[in-house]
Amino acid sequence: MKRIALFLMVFFALAGASVAAPKSVILATTTSTQDSGLLDVLVPLFEKQTGYTVKTIAVGTGQSLALGDRGEADVVLVHAPKVELEYLAKGTLVNRRLVMHNDFVLLGPAADPAQVKGAKTAVEALKRIAAQGSAFVSRGDNSGTQILELSLWKLAGVEPKGKWYLEAGQGMGATLMIASEKAAYTLSDRATYLAFQQRIGSVILLEGDAPLLNIYHVMEVNPANYPRVNAAGGKAFADFLVSPETQAVIRAFGVEKYGQPLFVPDAGKPEPGGGR
Amino acid sequence: MDLMWEGIRKAIWLLFTADREVIGISLLSLRVSLTATAISLLIGIPLGTTIALTRFPARRIVISLINAGMGLPPVVVGLFISILLFRSGPLGFLDLLYTPTAIVIAQVVIAAPIVTGLTLAAVQQIPAKFRLQMLALGASRLQMLWLLLRQARMPMLAAVMAGFGGVISEIGASMMVGGNIRGQTRVLTTATVMETGKGNFDIAIALSILLLAITFGVNYLLTLIQQRARTP
Amino acid sequence: MNDCILEGRNVQVLYEGRLALAVAEIGVHRGETLAVIGPNGAGKSTLLRILGLLERPASGQILLDSQLVAKDADLLALRRRFASVFQDPLLIEGTVERNVGLGLQLRRMAQSAASERIRLWMQRFGIEGLASRQASSLSGGEAQRVSLARAFAIEPDILLLDEPFAALDPLTREMLLRDLHRILRESGVTCVFVTHDRDEAQRLGDRVAVVMDGRLQQVGTPEEVFGRPISESVARFVGVDNLLAGQVTADHEGLLAVDVGSFSVRASGRIPVGSPVIVCLRPEDLVLQSGVETDARDGALNHLPGRVTGLFLTGSQYRVEVDCGHPLVALVTKHCVQALWLAPLSEVLVDFKPSAAHLIVKQES
Repeated sequence: MKRIALFLMVFFALAGASVAAPKSVILATTTSTQDSGLLDVLVPLFEKQTGYTVKTIAVGTGQSLALGDRGEADVVLVHAPKVELEYLAKGTLVNRRLVMHNDFVLLGPAADPAQVKGAKTAVEALKRIAAQGSAFVSRGDNSGTQILELSLWKLAGVEPKGKWYLEAGQGMGATLMIASEKAAYTLSDRATYLAFQQRIGSVILLEGDAPLLNIYHVMEVNPANYPRVNAAGGKAFADFLVSPETQAVIRAFGVEKYGQPLFVPDAGKPEPGGGR
Repeated sequence: MDLMWEGIRKAIWLLFTADREVIGISLLSLRVSLTATAISLLIGIPLGTTIALTRFPARRIVISLINAGMGLPPVVVGLFISILLFRSGPLGFLDLLYTPTAIVIAQVVIAAPIVTGLTLAAVQQIPAKFRLQMLALGASRLQMLWLLLRQARMPMLAAVMAGFGGVISEIGASMMVGGNIRGQTRVLTTATVMETGKGNFDIAIALSILLLAITFGVNYLLTLIQQRARTP
Repeated sequence: MNDCILEGRNVQVLYEGRLALAVAEIGVHRGETLAVIGPNGAGKSTLLRILGLLERPASGQILLDSQLVAKDADLLALRRRFASVFQDPLLIEGTVERNVGLGLQLRRMAQSAASERIRLWMQRFGIEGLASRQASSLSGGEAQRVSLARAFAIEPDILLLDEPFAALDPLTREMLLRDLHRILRESGVTCVFVTHDRDEAQRLGDRVAVVMDGRLQQVGTPEEVFGRPISESVARFVGVDNLLAGQVTADHEGLLAVDVGSFSVRASGRIPVGSPVIVCLRPEDLVLQSGVETDARDGALNHLPGRVTGLFLTGSQYRVEVDCGHPLVALVTKHCVQALWLAPLSEVLVDFKPSAAHLIVKQES
């Protein structure tokens, strides 16, 4: 009996030896991007076409950009335009290209105590929520979603602080669950909302307002200071994302499951909503 | 509660249809953690035995370090190892980050102190005269060590189970140095957290059940070995 | 001329800077049982370990079969000529059979030959019925039998026993003592037996070595060591409870008169008149009679009148303390106490033969 266990252990030890993949591309992106499932479709396509192996590291927006900034990734796909521009100016991330966008929706309890439904703009809605002191759940994790949310509060002239403002410090899914449990308002990207729709009690109270656009750009990591960066691989992936064939795949994604596409492909077009 | 039933149903479904991805994730978890445990045994048992049997300066400090190491948070280990393995890090040239090998390395750092510390305790509780008696019956030093370890095999098998249990269930290190990459470094624990975050509770529960089953299975095997000696 | 299978010469052991053991010469004859006795902490066990090549002395030589054990010798091969039993059975996890065969397994003896021997020695020690029992389930006595069988099964050249019965109850100890005595005689194996129990030493030992304060005080037959101790401290240890300091005053053809102050003792010996001596009297050699003066009987030339000061029952006999001018202790039977109606303050006569009085010449300190 002991011998069998010993043999098994040795077998696994030997089998566990792995060789570092030579041609791998490290893609740093956000958890919501990965959770949408889009990459599960695009990455295998890319790998098949080019022979590269992609290592998708899905972490927070801040960490993704930081990894790229330090040369620990080869290509970055995020959705936080203001911060992206900072890195672009810094020069560590280069060749920023528009890939696609989707939108955010403002969710809340069906009872709608702050009367968000009547508001015309997102900023107006947030003002009402703050005035009423209704509970609002924020991601609180420096993600693209939260960066957008904070910019909206700024426009509304409200400092989001107080008992009514809850910071989850987690991903979109967990935040939605908390908002649903507490019958609170929250801001979410449409893709995650669609995925969680069956499970939560919150409903869409506001959508379509211009600032509620979630815009994705791809950037390559500048190999200048980091000899280990796989610049060719990073470029290949970025090129792949904006290529017409891939853009078509993006357009079709989600239709079968949710009845509507999750993303709108934008490569080569002007910035949606007139942004940068 | 229906969430639980959904999960169990999904688990059975995934297993029956031998869902390739789930099987792959499970095998990877097993492979990585068993490898890490095996390496920890190779390091921990000789080290623990040596420290237990020899006197050297700063021995107490070394023992306290080992005992402290038993409680190392996996996420802290993961953070430090990833810093080492970063491209910009001292070991970056090995290209090990985001590979199963990196997870094995981190898990060895987690499990080795556990195995060492418990082996140390197991050997120390054998009366000192025991070694003398073995030598006095004609044992060579090597035979004496073998008999010593055999005498301590009950607590030592507990050490193996503790080491394995500690790494098969950890997520902090696996996430940091592995990256939860589909088909490459996705293990049961990281996959469970991810599926929960995506709202796929049924899959998350299914994966949890699988993890529990694997952990229980391995521990059951080890317990059988351990308790075999105990027949009155 | 040297029939010693094992010898130690100029053996010195240091412990925390001080000399814990210093033995100039000790030899073990082939086939004998040498009992090593002494108080706790005297160094007996240390001596045993050094003779058994289990510990290295700070200095000194060990000889096996008159061959010096060199510093770079193959100690393992030499060690395998010994087998040891300690106070704790120290059995390994497993069955009794496995334990008894341990020494043979270590020496890589073939399974078939080994099982023969294991069976034989389990029988000799009366434990063949326990063969498949787990070692951890045995009583103290059973476990020690296993330990003994384990050592004997090796059929070593030299057997080393370190207080093997110290942790056993009196009944178990008695049974094991008897069995061991028989087996030692039948097998003829050389044995070094360490104990602090005088009774065990007397029964098992062909010769007795007394170790006190790390020094070898006396080596000889049990009669020599117990009857004619070489020094006051040895005398005290071997059970001579009556030690009287005095001086030789007369010599009548081998019958000496020794003045001990309160009275004069007739003792046999050849010591010059005027020498300071210590008279040794074993309690069991003193005979008590009623207070009425009678003629000398049984050649007992010493009659000392005295008064009983104490009466203590020890085991099955009585220790009677008598004040004869000097306090004396006698060991007598219950029958004697009853027949003489002994009680504190009774008047008695203490008798003993001159040959019972052993004289130690006092050294100038």
